Amino acid sequence: MLNAIESLGANIIASLERTGRTCNLLLIVLWELLQPPYRLYPIIKQMYFIGARSLMLIVVSGVTIGMVLGLQFYNILERFGSVDLLGSGVALSVIRELGPVMTALMVVGRAGSSITAELGIMRITEQVDALECMAVSPHKFLIGPKLIAGLLSVPLLTAVFDFVALFGGYFVGVVMFGIGEGSYMNGMIDAVEWSDVRLGLVKSLIFGLLVTLICCSRGFYMHLTKAGSQGAEGVSSATTDAVVLSSITVLFSDFLIGALI
Amino acid sequence: MSDAGTSNTPGSNAISIRDLVVDYGPRRILSDVDLDIPMGQIMVIMGQSGAGKTTLLRCMLGLKKPTSGSINILGTDIATAKQRDINKVRKQIGVAFQGGALFSSMSVAENIQLALREHTNLDEKTIEIMTRIKLDMVNMLAAENLMPAELSGGMTKRAALARAIIMDPKLLFFDEPSAGLDPSTAADLDQLIITLKNTMRMTIIVVTHELDSIFKIADHIAVVSAGRILATGTPQEITASTDPEIQGMLKRKPRETIIDTDAHLARLVGGQA
Repeated sequence: MLNAIESLGANIIASLERTGRTCNLLLIVLWELLQPPYRLYPIIKQMYFIGARSLMLIVVSGVTIGMVLGLQFYNILERFGSVDLLGSGVALSVIRELGPVMTALMVVGRAGSSITAELGIMRITEQVDALECMAVSPHKFLIGPKLIAGLLSVPLLTAVFDFVALFGGYFVGVVMFGIGEGSYMNGMIDAVEWSDVRLGLVKSLIFGLLVTLICCSRGFYMHLTKAGSQGAEGVSSATTDAVVLSSITVLFSDFLIGALI
Repeated sequence: MSDAGTSNTPGSNAISIRDLVVDYGPRRILSDVDLDIPMGQIMVIMGQSGAGKTTLLRCMLGLKKPTSGSINILGTDIATAKQRDINKVRKQIGVAFQGGALFSSMSVAENIQLALREHTNLDEKTIEIMTRIKLDMVNMLAAENLMPAELSGGMTKRAALARAIIMDPKLLFFDEPSAGLDPSTAADLDQLIITLKNTMRMTIIVVTHELDSIFKIADHIAVVSAGRILATGTPQEITASTDPEIQGMLKRKPRETIIDTDAHLARLVGGQA
């Protein structure tokens, strides 16, 4: 019993330490990014990696989820004779909730895991130490561009996801089940307000920052955790942890933002 | 490159370490280490695995904060200095890590050019010329556009060395230069270190336990054992030492053999260290 309590306490302390380190990392990176020289190319390179290379995944998952939503909403609305509301139902679900959340989860799986693995390997192969010894800030050089790229890419990817998901819903409703095009489009336009778009944008910005920050932190500080002494297995473990924690954080913060805004 | 405020003349010390203590949690790794490294010489830090050589090196590089003591490098105590001052010192040193630590997403040339791009305003042409000069010094000109994954062990060490000397540092740190290399490549690297000292007048600190290399390159040797400096001196002085541990290292004897096998067996069965 005592061991279980000790273990629980140790886990809580370790979690608090990790959270503190992650917050500290954000502050250091923000401070370092304010210091010259300012370089655009590393940010563009990371935007290509996080954003452009995730595009196909986002398009495929967006269309699929839009189609599934269209199908489910149609089946439910048909029972109440309200299939005209299909456009508004799909649009509100995608723009307010599913777009930002699903995009963030896709980015975690595709780019976030790579970020953690890359930084973890750089840490255990002394590449981070080498940067420090060259008087080059690893915070600014390695993490800064990833953080900015994550912050910019996730909202852009969310916009793409929203667009193709709405198209997926349109395909199911209008093309497959023969709902009037005008009815679908008008329902969508009437239902969605600026506040819905703003909520989606705020969520995607916050998710972009959180996901990139957590994945960077897990890789960068790998040497301070148990995984740091486990070589390749440690990198794998840190990557899994980063993906799980980022996903849970996205889902929980989605609820929090939804409740607060 | 800025001078951190120390004399660069032969005879003065590039590094002075006093009362250095390093703990990792409850374990004491280095105890009361005192060490002077003269300017313009090759100092080899030797010792068995686990003796504390790498920890000493990491302290000198500012990668590990000591528990107590001072590490004066080129006039700055990096044990207590602010990050900005540590970085000033770091711009005057070069480090070649044991595994090379080349950035895997960059070509050899890009690895070497990184410090120049970060710390100077040199134009592209000058950066390319300087890169080729350093690559030529380490006989790696043909590997300029290769990626680190395409290099052999010896080539990786040479590329890391070229990266370490790109800013013409006053101090060069080399961690285990011969580790994992065949004798011929290791001998080439030893010769390269001597050439660098003679041509670029660098102070070179080499951490190794390869005896062949040590006596070929060293002007001074510091012997580290169980977290302490056991002895310092010229290769002749170290060879002449009567210390049984030093003689054991020099004659490649295994560590102290177990005399009381019964007692040792009882300790193992009893689960004691």
